[in-house]
Amino acid sequence: MDLFEYQARDLFAKHGVPVLAGEVIDTPEGARAATERLGGRSVVKAQVKVGGRGKAGGVKLASSPDEAVARATDILGMDIKGHTVHKVMIAETAPEIADEYYVSYLLDRTNRTFLAMASVEGGVEIEVVAAETPEKLAKVPVDANEGVSIEKAREIVAQAQFPADVAEQVAEIMVTLWETFIKEDALLVEVNPLAKVADGRVIALDGKVSLDENAEFRQADHAALEDKDAANPLEAAAKAKNLNYVKLDGQVGIIGNGAGLVMSTLDVVAYAGENHNNVKPANFLDIGGGASAEVMANGLEIILGDPDVKSVFVNVFGGITACDEVAKGIVQALELLKSKGEDVSKPLVVRLDGNNAELGRQILSEANHPLVQRVDTMDGAADKAAELAAK
Amino acid sequence: MAIFLKKDSKVIVQGMTGATGMKHTKLMLGDGTNIVGGVNPRKAGTSVDFDGTEVPVFGSVKEAMEKTGANVSVLFVPPAFAKAAVVEAIDAEIPLAVVITEGIAVHDSAAFWAYAKSKGNKTRIIGPNCPGLITPGQSNAGIIPGDITKPGRIGLVSKSGTLTYQMMYELRDIGFSSAVGIGGDPVIGTTHIDALAEFEADPDTDLIVMIGEIGGDAEERAADFIKANVTKPVVGYVAGFTAPEGKTMGHAGAIVSGSSGTAQAKKEALEAAGVKVGKTPSETARLAREILVG
Repeated sequence: MDLFEYQARDLFAKHGVPVLAGEVIDTPEGARAATERLGGRSVVKAQVKVGGRGKAGGVKLASSPDEAVARATDILGMDIKGHTVHKVMIAETAPEIADEYYVSYLLDRTNRTFLAMASVEGGVEIEVVAAETPEKLAKVPVDANEGVSIEKAREIVAQAQFPADVAEQVAEIMVTLWETFIKEDALLVEVNPLAKVADGRVIALDGKVSLDENAEFRQADHAALEDKDAANPLEAAAKAKNLNYVKLDGQVGIIGNGAGLVMSTLDVVAYAGENHNNVKPANFLDIGGGASAEVMANGLEIILGDPDVKSVFVNVFGGITACDEVAKGIVQALELLKSKGEDVSKPLVVRLDGNNAELGRQILSEANHPLVQRVDTMDGAADKAAELAAK
Repeated sequence: MAIFLKKDSKVIVQGMTGATGMKHTKLMLGDGTNIVGGVNPRKAGTSVDFDGTEVPVFGSVKEAMEKTGANVSVLFVPPAFAKAAVVEAIDAEIPLAVVITEGIAVHDSAAFWAYAKSKGNKTRIIGPNCPGLITPGQSNAGIIPGDITKPGRIGLVSKSGTLTYQMMYELRDIGFSSAVGIGGDPVIGTTHIDALAEFEADPDTDLIVMIGEIGGDAEERAADFIKANVTKPVVGYVAGFTAPEGKTMGHAGAIVSGSSGTAQAKKEALEAAGVKVGKTPSETARLAREILVG
């Protein structure tokens, strides 16, 4: 889960990374009181989870509370690279910036370790630094069990060749930033720019944090950080039912078991769509191993509720779960939805393979549901579902 | 022969007495797995009856190894307790730990991987978030259905459980030496490369099927490894061509970040290494079949 800047700022502050004062608001008028609390001057910053907002006009200086209201009026509702601005942060104005640096911790998947990255070339996209002047980006592996002591932090700072006058301050920030990374179960903590200001202090002016959703069992506070406004309503409804669902922009609804098989199903449907008016998969939905009637009904309810969906492809490989159970689940789910008064009128193509596939197919044939068509291969079923969606 | 898991492997189950552990211990026994014990400190000294097979419960992995000579542990431990269970297996120096658990926090898997490394990698970790591995006709350590296929000469390594089953099913008449599900998490213990190296050395494997998916660069690195080290034919499949950028597709590790981790890049890397890559699972199976039986 990626956070907004203001949420990252709050987590940095909680763990002792120096930041500027600020608060988040969602109405222009809120900018007035917030700016007054900051002494009459502020920076109005769009809160969007995408880079390049400064260039897009999403960051403006306000030298009075009235001006802050005017700037917030401009910025709220603005579209930045497809992201609508719903919130702005009213931040303390930074003292004059003398220098801009970059620091972060992240997971290095390739080497299966954590990685500290630091550079004296901050304030620009770090990908650019990495590509054009890689010698200016220090990358130091951090052992998950050893962590970052002040000695380790000094090693990172030395490798990145920070100037002597800020080295110790930056090392201390590397320790508190590590605390943020570990204690919040983050996948990424990044400060860019980390600024040296006129009075010599080093302060985190902007940052990015991404949190591990698998750690929610011990991070009770994290659920509140979720951006419920931005979630697609179908994705939100699926999440409430514990379904693993991602909304896509096609017309063929997809239900399958197992993440790999569902990803593969999306691909096979997209290929089939090339012969059928270019229809595409409408969603990713993995109902997991069990595929009981209830889970199947929950999944179908979400997918049939998607106005973009023209046909549904149920692709199940019976592993431990037998296909006759899955077939019963599909039949019962359709009855359940009908009894709840749901509109069940979109065609379903079902492919069952694996454990007890013959029995499962027999159950579907006997049920003889007018909307359900059986196709016994994955490629054939994908083609049929695409054809029905293209009608 | 086979890789990692053989007829004489002595298997214990950490988390055997939980609902999932009980269900799959029974299934593994049915597939002929030599299960010599379970681990649960609160139930140490008791035993569990699986249709007439009495399986003793031990207080720790170390005790189970001392009393039974166990050399494989399969873990069905909930995510919150998984790190401690894996660390216990590493401390006991069991040669193979198969972590089935889905939903382990990355800081926990990174920590137990770093710990295993600091102890000299005496314990091979498979997973987490994987279906385990099977050597058909010999032994099954995990949740792969034992009745899909028979012993044969194809080696399979995959990030995905259901695609493993699908591929075993498509090639069920030919059969498999071993099938290894390495898991879909960002940090895993055994990689495609590890399995490729074992299959290359295994005299009973004639062809390797490698299944990947979006996220990370494991497939690209496997391609480099194949080019330099693998002489046996390799057939590949990659899932997730239509996955949008920045969205996690079911598996925690299955995410395209910017332009990295795309299925297209993985396919191209594998093809450049001489791997025949199928567009769909069935085409992949067809490619493997053509090589083996013409």
